[in-house]
Amino acid sequence: MTATTTEQAVSTYTPAAESLNAVLAAGQAPPRPSAWSASVTFGWRALLKIKHVPEQLADVTAFPIMMTLMFTYLFGGALAGSVTEYLQYLLPGIMVTSVVMITMYTGIGVNTDIEKGVFDRFRTLPIWRPAALVGALFGDVLRYVMAATVILVVGLILGFRPDGGVDGVLLAMVLLVVFSFAFSWIWTMFGLLLRSEKSVMGVSMMVLFPLTFLSNVFVEPETMPGWLRAFVEANPITHLVAAVRGLMQGTPDAGEITWVLVSAAVLVAVFGGLTMRLYNRK
Amino acid sequence: MSELAIETAGLVKVFGDNRAVDGIDLAVPAGTVYGVLGPNGAGKTTAVRMLATLLRPDGGEARVFGHDVVREADAVRQRVSLTGQYASVDEDLTGTENLVLLGRLIGHRKPAARERSAQLLAAFGLTDAADKQVKNYSGGMRRRIDIAASILKTPDVLFLDEPTTGLDPRSRNQVWDIVRIIVAQGTTVLLTTQYLDEADQLASRIAVIDHGKVIAEGTPGELKASVGAGSIHVRLRDAGRRAEALALLGKVLGQQVTPDADPVALTAQLSGEDSDREAAEQASRALAELAAAGITVDNFALGQPTLDEVFLALTDHPAVEKEVAA
Repeated sequence: MTATTTEQAVSTYTPAAESLNAVLAAGQAPPRPSAWSASVTFGWRALLKIKHVPEQLADVTAFPIMMTLMFTYLFGGALAGSVTEYLQYLLPGIMVTSVVMITMYTGIGVNTDIEKGVFDRFRTLPIWRPAALVGALFGDVLRYVMAATVILVVGLILGFRPDGGVDGVLLAMVLLVVFSFAFSWIWTMFGLLLRSEKSVMGVSMMVLFPLTFLSNVFVEPETMPGWLRAFVEANPITHLVAAVRGLMQGTPDAGEITWVLVSAAVLVAVFGGLTMRLYNRK
Repeated sequence: MSELAIETAGLVKVFGDNRAVDGIDLAVPAGTVYGVLGPNGAGKTTAVRMLATLLRPDGGEARVFGHDVVREADAVRQRVSLTGQYASVDEDLTGTENLVLLGRLIGHRKPAARERSAQLLAAFGLTDAADKQVKNYSGGMRRRIDIAASILKTPDVLFLDEPTTGLDPRSRNQVWDIVRIIVAQGTTVLLTTQYLDEADQLASRIAVIDHGKVIAEGTPGELKASVGAGSIHVRLRDAGRRAEALALLGKVLGQQVTPDADPVALTAQLSGEDSDREAAEQASRALAELAAAGITVDNFALGQPTLDEVFLALTDHPAVEKEVAA
C-alpha cells in the first residue's frame, strides 16, 4: 500500500513555478538562533529519534535492572552477610557504574551519526558550532535520568532505604547526571576520532571497566593492596561514588561533591575543547 | 563581467598522497548555473565541500560573494546551502520533522517553522508523505525533500552535488525543472555531475575536472565543439554491405568510422566547428550517400558527445574511475 502511494506521488508531481516562487520569495532568514536554542533544538532531534526507535532505550532500562540484580545477589551474601544490608552500600555505586557505562553509547551515537549526510547540512548552518553535539548530549542526559530512576525503583523494591531522604537521593542523581554529561565529552571525542563504531566500543570498554571496577563501588578500598588502593583513591569514579553515597545516606561530604563538580568542569573544558577541534576539522 | 558568486584560485586538498583537488581556479558569475563535470573520484565533491566550509583547503583561496571560506566561514554559511550526494536529511525522522528541525535551526520559532515546512512540502509535492520517515521515501522524493531543506532559507548559492545520480528519468526531469525555477529567482547554483547532457541542459558554463584539475572550461557549446559534434549511429539492412558503408562514410565525412558489436551497425563521428546544425548537415549527407550507393539504412540515430568522448578528446584517457594502488 505504501509502495503504491509512493509511486503515485512520484508520477503525479510536476514542479510548479508558481508555488516554488512563492516559497523562494518567502525565504528570508529570521535572526539566527541563540546557542541555547540551537542546542535545545538538537535535543529535540534526539527525542524524536528515541520516539522513532524506542528499542534504543533497552540499554537504559534492561541493562541497569540486570546490573542491580546481578551484583546485589552475587556479592550480597558473601560481602555483607545480608543482601539488604549490602544493598544500602551497593546501590549508589551500582547506579554510578550503570550510568557511567551508558555514557559510552554517546560516542557510538556520534560516530554513526556523523557519517551520515545530515551532519554535513548541520555543519553548513550558521549556528553555534557545538550545538549539534551539546543537543545530542541533552538527549543522552534524559537517558541517564531514566537509567538512574530505573535503578532507584529496583533498589527500593529490593529493600534500599536511603537515610538521605527524597532530597538526598534527588541531589545525588543530579550530581551523577551532571558528572555523566561532562564525562560524555570523552566519548564524543573518541566518536569523532575513531573510524568505526567497533573501535569506539573497544576503547570505551578499555576505559570503563577499570574505571568502574577499580573503585569503591563494590568494596571498601581499605582491603586492597597499596598500589591498587592508590589507583582507586585517585579514580574520579571513587570520588563520584563517595559523593553520591554520602548524599543518599544523609551524610553529604562537601569535599567529595566539590571534587566531582570541579572534575566535571575540567572534563568539559578539556574533552569538549578537543571534541570541537575534531568536529571543525572533520 | 557581472559579480562573481564563487571565486577560487589554486584551490588544493590533499588526502595522504592523493591530491584530490590539485589547483582549481573557478569564477562563477552570480545568478547562473555553473556545472562542474567529471567522473567519480575527479575531485568534484571535495571541491564543493571546501566551498561549503565543510573541508579546510590545504592551499589556495576560495571566496563566496567575497567572503573567504576559511576566515569568514560563518558569513559563507549564512549564504550557502548544500544538497549532498547522499541525502542530507535525517532518514529516521519524517519529512515534517526534518524541515521543522532545520527551520528552527535557521531561527524560526516553532509555529513559523511548522508553517514554512508545510509550505515547502506542498510546493515539492510531498504533503502526502509529510508524516512518513524519510527512509521510506523513493529516490526522487528523497532528492526533493533534500532540495526543500536547502531552500528553507532562500540561499544566495546552492551547491547541488550530483543531484540526479541514481534517479529515474522522470525524477531527474523534476529536479531539472526545480533547479531552473530556483535559478530564475536569483540563486546561483553550482552543480556537479557526471552527465554531460545534464550540464548541457542546465549550466551556462561548465568546468571539466579530472584528477583534481580543471582540464576545460567554457559554455556547453564551446565544450562540445572542442570534442566534435557527436556521432551518427546507423543500422543497415544487410550485414554484408557494412564494410562498403564504412569505407564510404570514412571518405565522405573524413572522420573516424567504427563498426559496432552488432554486425549490421556502425558509428561515424561527426565534425562540427561550433554548431549542432553542421553536424545535422553532415549526418544527412552521410545518409544521402548511403542511399545513393544503394545501401539500405533501416534505422539511424544522432548521438551527442558523451562524457567519455569529452574525456577522450581532452585527456586521451576514458572517464573511468582508476583503481588507485594503495
